[in-house]
Amino acid sequence: MYSEKVMDHFMNPRNVGEIENADGVGEVGNPQCGDIMKIFLKIENDIIVDAKFKTFGCGSAIASSSMATELIKGKSIDEVVSLTNRAVVEALDGLPPKKVHCSVLAEDAIKVALMDYAKKNNLNIKGLENFKVREHEH
Amino acid sequence: MMGDDVLKRNVYLDYSATTPVKKEVFEAMVPYYTENFGNPSSIYRYGREAKSVVDKSREIIAGTINASTNEIYFCAGGSEADNWALKGIAEANANKGKHIITSKIEHHAVLHSCEYLETRGFEVTYLDVDEYGMVDLNDLKNAIRKDTILISIMYVNNEVGTVQPIAEIGKIAKENGIYFHTDAVQSYGHIKIDVEKLGVDLMTISSHKIYGPKGVGALYIRKGTKINQFIHGGAQERSMRAGTENLAAIAGFGKAASIADETLDEHRTRLIALRDKMINEISSRIGHVKLNGHPTERHPGNVNFCFEFIEGESLLLLLDNQGIAASSGSACTSGSLDPSHVLMALGLPHEIAHGSLRLTIGDFTTEEDVDYTVEKLVGIVEKLREISPLH
Repeated sequence: MYSEKVMDHFMNPRNVGEIENADGVGEVGNPQCGDIMKIFLKIENDIIVDAKFKTFGCGSAIASSSMATELIKGKSIDEVVSLTNRAVVEALDGLPPKKVHCSVLAEDAIKVALMDYAKKNNLNIKGLENFKVREHEH
Repeated sequence: MMGDDVLKRNVYLDYSATTPVKKEVFEAMVPYYTENFGNPSSIYRYGREAKSVVDKSREIIAGTINASTNEIYFCAGGSEADNWALKGIAEANANKGKHIITSKIEHHAVLHSCEYLETRGFEVTYLDVDEYGMVDLNDLKNAIRKDTILISIMYVNNEVGTVQPIAEIGKIAKENGIYFHTDAVQSYGHIKIDVEKLGVDLMTISSHKIYGPKGVGALYIRKGTKINQFIHGGAQERSMRAGTENLAAIAGFGKAASIADETLDEHRTRLIALRDKMINEISSRIGHVKLNGHPTERHPGNVNFCFEFIEGESLLLLLDNQGIAASSGSACTSGSLDPSHVLMALGLPHEIAHGSLRLTIGDFTTEEDVDYTVEKLVGIVEKLREISPLH
């Protein structure tokens, strides 16, 4: 049911862990639904220099976190803001329809981490003015 | 996370989902596909040979549960037998009353049949269970009404393995003149069943949980029970369930039932030893775990744990990667938002229920399989907890 890419990122997840004194931290989901994603960002000169995650969830939730952190490392904040869950799904060679919400969680967790960064530094990040964490459905 | 694949084994631990067909069973089936393939309704030799194996299987199965041969009705499996029992009794007895009592932890074949009957004007009481999955007999007594026509309580729960007090329920049903059906799919072949001692009027059994083929099961219907026929057509199964018999499958079911009956004691002793070893090792080697189901009143091969801070599907995928086949009641494996209705009925919080794992042991499970599984499980749980933000 999962692509080889999904299985690879689930079995050998990249960027697992936490960043001490992270510049931005984002946590979405809740244990009731069975997924929680927490993303840590290290940001220097508007560039994501490091990203790490911790996730409670199914195979696709872990793979989405792994892939999403891979996709944003080295990218500018602007580039990351325009990153959608679609990009995560495509990079994973697709997710089963019922699991697409996992990629939404990854996108949202990153955006919440960026908002956290903006708040801590009194910044406005273009494109995130109206951002709201989505109610996700399975 | 891949671990050491050098010593990888294939370990099947989902015997409550289905069992392999035993070699002797398969061999007993083959002639009824190739040589004695006749239609049991035909008058000539081919038909008579076919009919004789159907009769023989019926006799064997009746003997294993202390029933008469004319109380055993073959059908396509457990789900069909459950549907037949519920709908057949409801329709035939609607003039007496329209109330049915069941439990919250029944198989979907019973629950969804009840939901269907609710759309046809029947009322259903779904009894709660305690934290071990046990129905309370006082709750049952209190739920009985003048218009109650049927009680349907499963013998052994398929997920957590809890064994219900069927004989006591049978007694209550009899005292109140109410038909009693039990889904015995998970107990037949694992617990000695005597329909007289249990006081059941209808009982569902299935072949593919006892090392027989899929696609065949039976409904025991006590003589004199008022029930509607399920499939209209020919005169098969005393005109109650029409359709040409699934001959080879019935031959296999009979063989499997006879082996299960003859080897019941050793089967139980062996499984219970492996089960308890697995339960003890998981409990002692992994922290933050909870055994689901009843500590003693339990299916001989059922091991079911919740592992805190991790999710069941991840667990299954990593176990599969090590060659271990198991199942889970997590939402991601059930395909819905909620974890299984059974775990919810036990009162587990959602986040704990998401981390459930069912390992069911059978006749081909070895001690090495148990050791290997526990060993791999320890590492997998640790790895997933390292990834988890809850830990």
